[in-house]
Amino acid sequence: MKTDIEPTSSSAGSQPLVATRSTGRAGDKIFLGLSRGSGIALLVIMAAIAVFLAYRAAIAISKDEANFLTAFEWNTGSTPMRFGIAVLAFGTVVSSIIAMVVAVPVAVGIALFISHYAPRRLATPVAYVIDLLAAVPSIVYGLWGALFLVPHLTGLYTWMDKYLGWTGVLSYQGGAARSLFTVGILLAIMILPIVTSVSREVFRQVPKMHEEAALALGATRWEVVRMSVLPFGRSGIISASMLGLGRALGETMAVATVLSPSYLINTSLLDPGGGTFAQNIASHFKEANGNGRDALIASGLVLFVITLLVNGAARMIIARRKEYSGTAA
Amino acid sequence: MSDTTTDTTTPRASALQQARLPRWAPLGLAAVAIAAGVGIGAGAGLGNTTQWGLIAALLFVVLSYGVTAAVEGGRQARNQLATVLVWLCFLIAIVPLASLLWETINRGKTVLDVYFLSHSMDGVQTILPGGGAYHAILGTLEQVGIATLIAAPIGLLTAVYLVEYGRGRLAKAVTFFVDVMTGIPSIVAGLFILSFWIIILGFDYSGFAGAMALAILMMPVVVRSTEEMLKLVPDELREASLALGVPKWRTILKVVLPTSIGGITTGVMLAVARIAGESAPIVLLVFGSQAINPNPFEGAQSSLPYYIYEQWQLGNEASFNRAWAAALVLIAFVMILNLVARGIARWKAPKSGR
Repeated sequence: MKTDIEPTSSSAGSQPLVATRSTGRAGDKIFLGLSRGSGIALLVIMAAIAVFLAYRAAIAISKDEANFLTAFEWNTGSTPMRFGIAVLAFGTVVSSIIAMVVAVPVAVGIALFISHYAPRRLATPVAYVIDLLAAVPSIVYGLWGALFLVPHLTGLYTWMDKYLGWTGVLSYQGGAARSLFTVGILLAIMILPIVTSVSREVFRQVPKMHEEAALALGATRWEVVRMSVLPFGRSGIISASMLGLGRALGETMAVATVLSPSYLINTSLLDPGGGTFAQNIASHFKEANGNGRDALIASGLVLFVITLLVNGAARMIIARRKEYSGTAA
Repeated sequence: MSDTTTDTTTPRASALQQARLPRWAPLGLAAVAIAAGVGIGAGAGLGNTTQWGLIAALLFVVLSYGVTAAVEGGRQARNQLATVLVWLCFLIAIVPLASLLWETINRGKTVLDVYFLSHSMDGVQTILPGGGAYHAILGTLEQVGIATLIAAPIGLLTAVYLVEYGRGRLAKAVTFFVDVMTGIPSIVAGLFILSFWIIILGFDYSGFAGAMALAILMMPVVVRSTEEMLKLVPDELREASLALGVPKWRTILKVVLPTSIGGITTGVMLAVARIAGESAPIVLLVFGSQAINPNPFEGAQSSLPYYIYEQWQLGNEASFNRAWAAALVLIAFVMILNLVARGIARWKAPKSGR
């Protein structure tokens, strides 16, 4: 380990930082003040985010002639302004739900693969690659989604339209597949690494004794997973999913590149239309005037509150689990 | 790990043992499924080879379940089914991720050269090939650098506070809000700086404004990782130092931080890698530019993520190529940071750590 640590300050006396060793107490106070100050600064930043967003949002909403929560339009260039977040809320929720439905089972599968199924020699590099993929920037996913995924999904959508089009939700009129469903699939791919790595960590912590006990009773590997790994990891999977959900809700550029937005709710998810909070902000920012920017900030505040709730809930589940496993182990 | 427990430890010929499939059975079934998939696909005249693959995969799942159920019984069949599905999950996930990397490398390398890395888009007609991303690379480096200068000290000190001093309500609040802060969408951080710095204080768009938003995104990541690393430092080291009469702050500076410096560096580098790819705050705060602007405190700049978005929006073949090339540069930058960071982590890891 480290051998150059000097346990006493006398041998480090060449540094003129402290005149005499007795001033160490003053140093303590300064250092405590600095570090506590940083912690407080973080709290102040969080509070400032909420306050400033709420302040600008209040200005915008007071000028809003339409109902902010239910209006299906976004006309911020005109006076009076008329805008509402109904379409954005719908699009954000629907695309995130699609992402969760696609990503969570696959992510849990990969996590199980790494922790319980893969040969050792394969598991380590796979885990490593998945971690690296979490670092791929979202705009690259967006570029790939718009130029590669969208053209390759038309076949699948035509097929889905043929067999599931009668539902109305999954009908497809042809054309570029720049729809909420595509966004959902892309978001699923993007949150896959984070959900996988958090679940994997939890599966790794399953007490070996539980698994061995199940094996000793003659359980097959699947029965071990079902009876000891999944019950132990359930809250971990939930919190991992919610962390992924938080990412999906706030994802901006990938959605902005892939989706072809509109301010009407399209009942068919495969056809273009709709929008999300973050995408709307990024797409409309350049053309927005002063009032328009405030309106976008108002929608950002809603997004902020939603992600706060989701992340707070996820953290609470994790914290409760920590206490639980702390007493059990 | 546990795969030795079911196969190899069982004695071969025992009367108590139920019938088992030979070890080559999955391979054989896979071969049968692939052959059948190709046969059905070609026979039905499906042009798309992906569909052949899907048919084969489906057949394999059904076949392995059916055969195992027939020979070994229901429990073993369900086990077999779960194994196959878990492997399929892995393969399904690999496809898009591999495709992403393949496309980026393949299409990015067509324009990526020294010229691309050393020239800006100033005066380049956007529908023609040519131009480069130098201004964007410069912007990214400056913005990320400033963000790191802001976020790393605050994050580090906060982590020190939480681990070394933190007791009571304030520490609990900080811990909770650091967690919550990790989940702030990047666009919200951008909106905050927009409302505070640009709308209320009246400053202009600049690289610095973007850097502040990036710093907000970076702080919680630095706090989290540094905290984990500081917790790994054995208490014996601290106690030994304190017992020798060393003040606490010097103990932290001279004993705790040097011991965990490898992990802390890793955490900061991973945080840098994360914010280097953020584009949403840049769109709101830096505004984009075609020319080289080396001053992050005044005037619009560009950045690599923004450049990719901008070139994608132009919507022609030449700009798509530039976007892919910039994506390749960005991925390479982020991956190198990641690999170096993990290398440092492994090299400097405390023995009790991993």
